[in-house]
Amino acid sequence: TDVIIESSVGYFTEGPERKDDIVKAKQEGKELTKEEKQRLRKEKKQQKKSKEKKDDKPSRDSEKEKKPASAASPAPQTPTQPPAQKAPSAAPAPVPVPASETPSAADKPAKSKAELKAERRARQEAERASKGKKGDVGPQAAPGKPKAPPSELQPVVKRLPEHVQVDNPEVLKKLAKKLERQQTPEYNAATKIPLRSDYGYKVSLFSHLHQYSRKAPLTQQLGIPSTVIHPAIVRLGLQYSQGIVAGSNARSVALLHAFKQVIRDYTTPPNEELSRDLVNRLKPYISFLNQCRPLSASMGNAIKYIKKEISNIPSQCKEEEAKRKLLNCIDCYINEKIVLAAKAIAKYSIEKISDGDVILVYGCSSLVNHILCEAFEKNRKFRVIVVDSRPRLEGREALRRLVQKGINCTYVLISAVSYILPEVSKVFLGAHALLANGYVMSRVGTSQIALVAKAFNVPVLVCCETYKFCERVQTDSFVSNELDDPDDLIVTRTGTTQLEHWQEVPSLGLLNLVYDVTPPDFVDLVITDLGMIPCTSVPVVLRVKNVDQ
Amino acid sequence: MELQAVLMAAGGGSRMTDLTYNTPKAMLPVGNKPLMWYPLNLLERMGFEEVIVITTKEVQKMMSTDPKMKLDVKMKLDVVCIQEDGDMGTADALRHIQQKIKTDILVVSCDLITDVALHEVVDLFRAHNATLAMLMSKAHEFTETVPGQKGKKKTAEQRDFVGVDQSGKRLLFMANEADLEDGLSIRKSIMRKHPRMHIKTGLVDAHLYCLKKAVVDFLADNKSISSIRGELVPYLVRKQFSKTTNCPKIKDDAEDQNQKKNDGSTNHGHSSCLSFSLDRSCWNDHRGDMSEAYHGGKLRCYVHIMDEGPCYRVNTLAAYIEANRLAPKLFEEVPVHPSAVISERCQMGSDSYIGAMCQIADKTSIKRSTIGNSTTVKEKVKVANSIIMHGVTIEEGCNIQGSVICSNAVIGRGADLKYCLVGNGQQIEPEGKDHWHEHTP
Repeated sequence: TDVIIESSVGYFTEGPERKDDIVKAKQEGKELTKEEKQRLRKEKKQQKKSKEKKDDKPSRDSEKEKKPASAASPAPQTPTQPPAQKAPSAAPAPVPVPASETPSAADKPAKSKAELKAERRARQEAERASKGKKGDVGPQAAPGKPKAPPSELQPVVKRLPEHVQVDNPEVLKKLAKKLERQQTPEYNAATKIPLRSDYGYKVSLFSHLHQYSRKAPLTQQLGIPSTVIHPAIVRLGLQYSQGIVAGSNARSVALLHAFKQVIRDYTTPPNEELSRDLVNRLKPYISFLNQCRPLSASMGNAIKYIKKEISNIPSQCKEEEAKRKLLNCIDCYINEKIVLAAKAIAKYSIEKISDGDVILVYGCSSLVNHILCEAFEKNRKFRVIVVDSRPRLEGREALRRLVQKGINCTYVLISAVSYILPEVSKVFLGAHALLANGYVMSRVGTSQIALVAKAFNVPVLVCCETYKFCERVQTDSFVSNELDDPDDLIVTRTGTTQLEHWQEVPSLGLLNLVYDVTPPDFVDLVITDLGMIPCTSVPVVLRVKNVDQ
Repeated sequence: MELQAVLMAAGGGSRMTDLTYNTPKAMLPVGNKPLMWYPLNLLERMGFEEVIVITTKEVQKMMSTDPKMKLDVKMKLDVVCIQEDGDMGTADALRHIQQKIKTDILVVSCDLITDVALHEVVDLFRAHNATLAMLMSKAHEFTETVPGQKGKKKTAEQRDFVGVDQSGKRLLFMANEADLEDGLSIRKSIMRKHPRMHIKTGLVDAHLYCLKKAVVDFLADNKSISSIRGELVPYLVRKQFSKTTNCPKIKDDAEDQNQKKNDGSTNHGHSSCLSFSLDRSCWNDHRGDMSEAYHGGKLRCYVHIMDEGPCYRVNTLAAYIEANRLAPKLFEEVPVHPSAVISERCQMGSDSYIGAMCQIADKTSIKRSTIGNSTTVKEKVKVANSIIMHGVTIEEGCNIQGSVICSNAVIGRGADLKYCLVGNGQQIEPEGKDHWHEHTP
């Protein structure tokens, strides 16, 4: 499997780059030979092309070196800079470049796997660049790579995912085309997944992200008896975009149930294999769900698992049996990774809760609520402080569930957190995802709570199942985030709507962020179903998981 | 398949018998198109490919000969004929076609003219896993004078009381004035669960319902319910809050999941999965009490209320006239059909619509009127604010204002009609002067 490592501009220095290379090399050693063969085949094809592209390389290398100079500017603005930088890059600058970076077109086979991959990537970039040249305004020889600018600091060129390049028209065009091509096989008519359009003015720092309006659902552009997309998936997409199913666990569970329905209703068309056709069938559904609401890390892992299970179905397996197997796998996944994991985490956490504790929770995390309810049932004496924030005000739902159980609760808004923290003995936080460098991605405001807790020397415990562990690396909340409907900010709790005409004020932008990342220095312990681990052990868990699979 | 469309076209038009005693309501011409073309067009535009049409034999015959239906409607129409005696209510009709229903249904009435974005109604149905989702619209005032009625008499229509919750989407209460003898009484359980209710009276029910398949199965068992609008919908709305929430028709999800065989129903055990996810979701549809989302109720009814945009139910004469005025504009009808023969000295206003194969002679003046197919209008005729149906002959020198002339009528020479309603095949004598607000069946 490919490892796509995102990075923010200007942060990564030489050291971590090397480490990533080594990590990648190790992982490549374990890759299937099938992939290697494919790669070799591709390399042979590109050998011919790369000979022409040889002259492009030195200028591209020099362009790479221009990037660190401009690294101070934030990521979203770099796509606009390549045109300006193309001119100076025409003069090749002799800059020291790590040895592994210079891919020479001539010698191929006798190289390490990392260098092979680097070469292949470089050649692919060159190819892509030449295609991009046709649409480019700039007349330079140096290829324009609007996709790759921030990541060119890395030794090997990486690709940025499309969902963080919304301000790039070329990427948007490509996405539209990709959605067009993703037709469900049964209808050869031009039924395609519609593209959801962005809404309102986006704050410039986050203009690379999508911002949708809840009042313009994607179903507007689909036919009513949805034949292109399975009805269960349409229903799910609607529930995501309207916020009826919200929260990492809820979304994953709902997704898996919807896939179960899809598999139940699936019939293999003649001359097709279930293992390949079903995966193709799921692709447009996943794009549709992504358009309704960007997929979470947990959903991504679940989808990867399902796709793997489907592809592993032997071809001689009968359809009924295959479907039964798949449904069984999904049930097992839900049971193991979500239900039983919650039980295990509750068991570990209860050890950490002692009588007389004052526990602070933030927002509504299904896992933390479960833990507290279990602890209460085991007759631990504690009270809870629920911290809440606008515009979602999810804390009210958490408060309802805890009070219904009989737990003693206090409710404050996040602005009062430093007032209330002297009373608190522990902080329990839920997580949306745990990133590979130990950062915790969670609801916006979590990092604030962790920061203030650290200042008061209150232990912060993050509870997270292992299926939410993500191989992404992120150190700030800007690069990859989600923008919610800005109209949510208009109505205040008291019902006044002073921001109603915000769109008419040209200098005003409303920002409704959903997630933020908390550094591992603020987190004292991560409680997972594998046990209680420090934040820095997350890459170890990931590596072990990859070995297992 | 997600939704099956069912078009109810067997209605008799009991509130406009003058127009319908000869032409069935479904085939009355509105803007030179048969009335049932409009809902069918709506369904087609939304993407439906098949419609089950419940109608009478007469309508079926007329449908097969009508050019508009044959050419414009590209969907596959599955016509089911029922008896004309009028004893069959809409719910009875659904019971009749129960075998054909394989999934959730969308019931539309043939007299609905609207351009609503149907996804608003269906999205409520999908997102909340609702049992019923319907469409309503703010009532429009009818401004045109109705022929055959002296003076502007406001018909004492029985009002409908509709109660919705704070979001305006959840349907809490529905009753007609006729059923409320002592006054409006609301159960305490409703007030406890939804302390803020908005009660509206000026709404028109568009008779467009999304119903779950389980409801059709329920109808098969309960033969006492015969009308969707009159009995089924109020029953469902009341049942939302009844203490015995496990009413027999709501298929228990447990038994659904125990059924190993899959009949392709997409609601198979969906509710249980939904509740599993909702348990973990941080969403609630209401606030202020200790109950979970939807108060744990399995039966939910939703309504989408259209604020703006046309939505007409053509079931009275006044509505018919209004629809004729506005429907052609809505669908950008070509004012003059290409096959009509109009002489050059005819004055035609921009608001007029001339049907196919008409012959309009010299020195005629046609303003704000709709003229049907194969109509002959001779010289020196003045037609204003009128609706002239198919096959009518208007002799010379007539003056027709604000009238409705049904098919195949003959207006004799020099007749003067104001606000009259001329029935099918009637003949008005020549030189008949000063017919005023008359009504010839």
